[in-house]
Amino acid sequence: MDIAFEKVNYWYQAGTPFAVQALYDINLNIPAGAFTAVIGQTGSGKSTLIQHLNALLKPTEGQVIIGDRTITPETKNKHLKPLRKKVGLVFQFPENQLFEETVLKDIAFGPQNFGISEEEADKLARQTAKMVGLDESLLERSPFDLSGGQMRRAAIAGVLALEPDVLVLDEPTAGLDPRGRNDIMGLVRHLQAEKQLTIVLITHQMDDVANYADHVIVMAHGHMVRQGTPREVFSDVAWLNENQLELPTATAYANQLIQKGFTFDPLPLTADELADQLVPQLAKQGVADHG
Amino acid sequence: MDKFMFGRYIPGDSWVHRLDPRAKLILTFIYIGVVFFANSVWTYAVLVVLLLASIFATGISLRVFLRGLRPLLWLLMFTVVIQIFFGAGGHVYWQWGWLSVTHDGLINALLILMRFVLIIMVSTLLTFSTQPLAIADGIESLLSPLRKVHFPVATLALMLSLALRFVPTLMDEAEKIMNAQRARGVDFGTGGLKQQVKTIVPILIPLFVNAFNRAVDISTAMEARGYRDGENRTKFRELKWHRQDTLSLIIYVVFSVVVIGLRALQL
Ligand SMILES: Nc1ncnc2c1ncn2[C@@H]1O[C@H](COP(=O)(O)OP(=O)(O)OP(=O)(O)O)[C@@H](O)[C@H]1O
Ligand SMILES: [Mg+2]
Repeated sequence: MDIAFEKVNYWYQAGTPFAVQALYDINLNIPAGAFTAVIGQTGSGKSTLIQHLNALLKPTEGQVIIGDRTITPETKNKHLKPLRKKVGLVFQFPENQLFEETVLKDIAFGPQNFGISEEEADKLARQTAKMVGLDESLLERSPFDLSGGQMRRAAIAGVLALEPDVLVLDEPTAGLDPRGRNDIMGLVRHLQAEKQLTIVLITHQMDDVANYADHVIVMAHGHMVRQGTPREVFSDVAWLNENQLELPTATAYANQLIQKGFTFDPLPLTADELADQLVPQLAKQGVADHG
Repeated sequence: MDKFMFGRYIPGDSWVHRLDPRAKLILTFIYIGVVFFANSVWTYAVLVVLLLASIFATGISLRVFLRGLRPLLWLLMFTVVIQIFFGAGGHVYWQWGWLSVTHDGLINALLILMRFVLIIMVSTLLTFSTQPLAIADGIESLLSPLRKVHFPVATLALMLSLALRFVPTLMDEAEKIMNAQRARGVDFGTGGLKQQVKTIVPILIPLFVNAFNRAVDISTAMEARGYRDGENRTKFRELKWHRQDTLSLIIYVVFSVVVIGLRALQL
């Protein structure tokens, strides 16, 4: 399911004295099956952008095309439900939405809203819980008794249980320890590779962008300022610095090495790429030193 | 809560914005009190003039004030309809069973509508032009004589300012939670009553859990910084009474006397 934005402007509280424009003239494409990363400083409009992907927010001007649906400012709130099932949206700090008596019931809540029977939903919930790495023994507990990381997984499972075609995640790893981060990124990657899900991920972790993304969208002050492959986006180091965007660790390291006389072409994005280019140069240097 | 205007503060630097919050509170109470004395076209005319002049002095457009009425439109219509159909007395225009439209019923409905609108508008004027914390400070200061009878004024004021401070936060949070549940297929505002009541649970529980967690955090933070209940503390924001405050008060008192006078003369 392809998604396209055409000349989208969005104002919060449009038509009141508190109106604030959060998106300016956004034109972009999110290709089906790809892993798209959205990056940008805090307050740049990333969360606003992605809430258009399942019509939680409707453009104040312009249109958003989601598969065979076109969302315009006039679109009525009715009949949006099928869309919400196709595009699953995991909010920032999704653990704040848990409410059921047990973890299992909470995960099954979404599917049941879409008319799936209780037993079916239960089965689905167990499968997704396993997928996100929640232990069987936790499923009958209250979601409020879980640790932060476990709550996060339960909340993600609650959206995954809808079996969406497109999975949108708003900083799913924020505030987690490295292990939790790796698990969640591994899950997202698995969903894209094995289940052919289209992934849209908001993140501040440039290493995740470098490692996983096919396509990067850069937001700044409500504008989309760049889009392209990670290699294209991370190649312009001066521009990134200007916009206070970080580099992936490997790229930053390579940059420091360039100052010391090493050369890289192309600029490495991941630790592997860095090693591949560095080893021959070090070997040569070693030979020269012992020369 | 995109269209929710009632009770919000609109930053500005007008004559009204600069008034002492105590003055604004007193003016608002005077006005609301006097509204109940109004009973004729002339008395209402005087009150409307005073209100319009005050609104003009805030520098906020009348349209915004009228929009503030919108969420209460149903309540207003409901009261008016009840008054029209169930009020009795005077000439009967229309009757059906025990429903009737009478002269007095119509007049009463109109009076009640006017009262409602005036009171809502003047309270909106207070909240549009005064920061919530300033309102809390004003209330504390006005209540301070009650300290003599050991009324916990400072504690009440703290509760009030904390509450006022977190209303917008809670509203934002409620909206976020609603959106998160919408993404999980909840339909707000559709289906029968039972269906609608059911959709409240997934909002209220997370909202309460978050609010309680936050309350615990805040009290810990306050204690860690040495807050003790019931001690005399000095103020960071001092209230100052200016000449404009006295002047506004005089204007309101004059108008009130006029309204009460008109009523006494039965005009
Ligand atoms: N409900 C709202 N009402 C009014 N303005 C809002 C609202 N939500 C966000 N904004 C404003 O819109 C702009 C974009 O916000 P958004 O949440 O999309 O940023 P973000 O890129 O997701 O930031 P972060 O990385 O901190 O999550 C900000 O300036 C913010 O203040
Ligand atoms: Mg955000």
